[in-house]
Amino acid sequence: MSALTALAQLRAVRDGSAQRITTVRHCHIAPRPLVFIPLKLAGEAAAPLGAMVGTDPHYPRLLVVPQPRNRDLRFAFAADLAEVFLPYIEGFEKTTETVERKTGDPYERCLDAPQILVPNRSAVSFTGMLGRSTRFRRADGPYPVHPSVPLLGRWLTYFADRSQQPGSSLLLAATEALGLHWATGQSGLEDANLAALLGWIAPPAGMSGRRAAEEAEDPLLWPPAGPATDPGFDNEVLGPAVRAYEEAPTERAVERVTQALRTQLEPTWKLMWRAVEELRALPEGARVKDRWEIDRGSFTRFVERITEGGPPQARRDGAVGAAARLAGLERARASYDVQRAHDDPLVMAEYRLTGEAFAGTVTAADPEHTEGEGRSRKLRPLITVETDDPVRLALGTTVGSPDRRGHAAEIVEIADGEITLKITKGMGRGKTPAPGAVPEPGERVTYTSLTDDFQSSASLPDPEQTPWTHGGPPEEYVPSDDDAQEEWS
Amino acid sequence: MNRLDELRGPMPSHPHDARAIAALAANPGCARRGLMDAAGVDKDRTARHLGFPAPFGQSQFAITRGNVFEALVKENGCAELLRLLRELLDLPIAQVGYQDVESVGSHLRHSHTRALIDRAAREDDGAAVFYDHPLFSLEIAGHTSYLEPDVVAFQIGGRFRIVEIKSFGLVDGQAEPEKVAAAARQAAVYVLALRTLMADLGHDPERVSHDVVLVCPENFANRPTAALVDVRKQLAVLKRQLARMTRVDRLLEGLPPDLTFDLVPDQDGVPTRPADELAGALRQVPARYAPDCLSTCDMCMFCRDEARRSGSTDLLGRQIRDQLGGVSRMTEALGLAEGTLQPAEGQEEIARLLRLADRLREEALN
Repeated sequence: MSALTALAQLRAVRDGSAQRITTVRHCHIAPRPLVFIPLKLAGEAAAPLGAMVGTDPHYPRLLVVPQPRNRDLRFAFAADLAEVFLPYIEGFEKTTETVERKTGDPYERCLDAPQILVPNRSAVSFTGMLGRSTRFRRADGPYPVHPSVPLLGRWLTYFADRSQQPGSSLLLAATEALGLHWATGQSGLEDANLAALLGWIAPPAGMSGRRAAEEAEDPLLWPPAGPATDPGFDNEVLGPAVRAYEEAPTERAVERVTQALRTQLEPTWKLMWRAVEELRALPEGARVKDRWEIDRGSFTRFVERITEGGPPQARRDGAVGAAARLAGLERARASYDVQRAHDDPLVMAEYRLTGEAFAGTVTAADPEHTEGEGRSRKLRPLITVETDDPVRLALGTTVGSPDRRGHAAEIVEIADGEITLKITKGMGRGKTPAPGAVPEPGERVTYTSLTDDFQSSASLPDPEQTPWTHGGPPEEYVPSDDDAQEEWS
Repeated sequence: MNRLDELRGPMPSHPHDARAIAALAANPGCARRGLMDAAGVDKDRTARHLGFPAPFGQSQFAITRGNVFEALVKENGCAELLRLLRELLDLPIAQVGYQDVESVGSHLRHSHTRALIDRAAREDDGAAVFYDHPLFSLEIAGHTSYLEPDVVAFQIGGRFRIVEIKSFGLVDGQAEPEKVAAAARQAAVYVLALRTLMADLGHDPERVSHDVVLVCPENFANRPTAALVDVRKQLAVLKRQLARMTRVDRLLEGLPPDLTFDLVPDQDGVPTRPADELAGALRQVPARYAPDCLSTCDMCMFCRDEARRSGSTDLLGRQIRDQLGGVSRMTEALGLAEGTLQPAEGQEEIARLLRLADRLREEALN
């Protein structure tokens, strides 16, 4: 957290309503996302109780497990869930574009990709757990399941894994997506309650955000957004309904459980679509498209992996795989932070506050300034920027600007709020700079040492070359019968 | 009458369980909680009477699951547990004794536990024994608290280990970090209690291992698996906190002599004291509210409401206090940011930062 966010939170408390902490939206919101609200049985690692799922706000599909301890009913639930998920995902697989590469052959990439929206971080974990408990199952042999179940498991695992990637929007938790754009007058712990968070951001007419958030804490008015259910509901409503089903598994008994779960899921379903609306209403940041393109690429590769008949994801990463994954996450994090700052003056303000960036007005420019003699004579335009920001950049630091892509400069002099910069990149190859490449006096400019330059991936050995310090070459993962028959009690 | 008994009133002292003691360690600076716990006040009841019940509850499904799993691990004299320990600790034991301490009357359980542990530590005959339902005691702020752990103590060759049975799943060798952390904090309380007992009996407390055995269901099945958890860090925190609590007499100093948290129960035990009056009494002892309290302390809703009314920055979490350079009032921080308040001595730096933050926010949003 920065002092800027802290200040926004204080304002939120004073005004009783959430405060924006970005000027644009930094995540992709699909035109037709799949909203998925899972509920799990208390005390169990991955026993689904039910779920509300669908792409149409007016027609949610409600799936329930009338006796959550029954293994067959759980797999039936997984098969039902696959009926919603798989056609949605497959709808994006067919339409592709051809991407040309400077080196290597052109390849195909899906034009769009699925987007799954869940209420909170726990629902993301539960999605991963549900994936873990279904992806090794088989349609043949002992304990056969519907063929769609293991496929669903692989997709759920993929989405849950992908959600750890900073900047990815394939699977988003609503509370996190909202929290990225608004500061509320409550703590982060309380922000994990979707109803309370939305209460601050978009309270009902005539009510303050503070009051709406207070109301949202009553589990009778606003049931928890899952996957954990309200203990009071479990004890007073669900428990008796499940016992009735156990005594007589009639349709009426199923209906009773279904109705009970509907009361818990419907309010959250509405909240989820309100969250979508709120996010959609924000203008999209310039680089959101670039990141969605990376998501589309990742999605396409996973589609290919499944088409080629690759095995389900292993239980654990090998040493090399894990190191590569961590390095990838770090690069994605660095790039995501820089991209957001470049897209959004309010995010850039955080770096201005710490002195890693500054904004000001150009007071002088020498666009035709050169360095060197004869053949090595180079165009190096100079500009002077006046700023009030507390700059903490050393002389010689290379800085870039969110206003001009491909533009780079070096800090030559800092004195009394006046900074002299030597432009080193992005002014063209001619004797005089390209038009518009050098900021003119009077222009407002921002410079920062944060750059989103290409970073080569970490050089790691092949998995077969894993050193003994890291356990030696891992055994290749082959799904076993044991995996397929694992208990799910 | 003892001053702490006066604070509590005629109700019997509310026993501490390991969860409560572990929660104490989470917020050592809270005088209100420290004093209420030292006096053995029933915080849950107090919070209810004040109209601020804590949002805690347990689902019958979770309770059933926990009981079923524990029974499974302990059935046939902990046969399953023996198998797990053999694998985990690589023990060459074929047989193990089983002592259910609960078999004696409750008033004898503590002395019985003591005698059993003493005998085991004294006569090292190489036999392995499980002690189920032991009753430990721990000195908390000058009061002896009895702990009824739902744990098993395991002893072989005069060395002891705490075994904690939890029903959250260990999937592919990983469990939810918060749950493991909570289990480790609780187990540390038992390790400390058993070590204290050993020292008391004149044995080396280090004979109680700081590696506790955590028994959980494996993957999605009911079959148990075991893992060792090192609780040295939790032990250190706990010891420091308990050492602080022994100075509860310092908390008592300066309190009005007639201060009490008595609920004034009638014949049926129903509290009759006006809630406002009780709230007033509680406010005499400062709390140190943090959002983390919402998951650990019965008094959390009352203290949160108080923090809201007073406009304390604690409401938003500890991080924000760091960002605001220790400014504790929201209005003060906002005043400094917006320039309506002149910084006091020592506040110039943070005031400059906040004013800059304010300017940058305005610039970006307008």
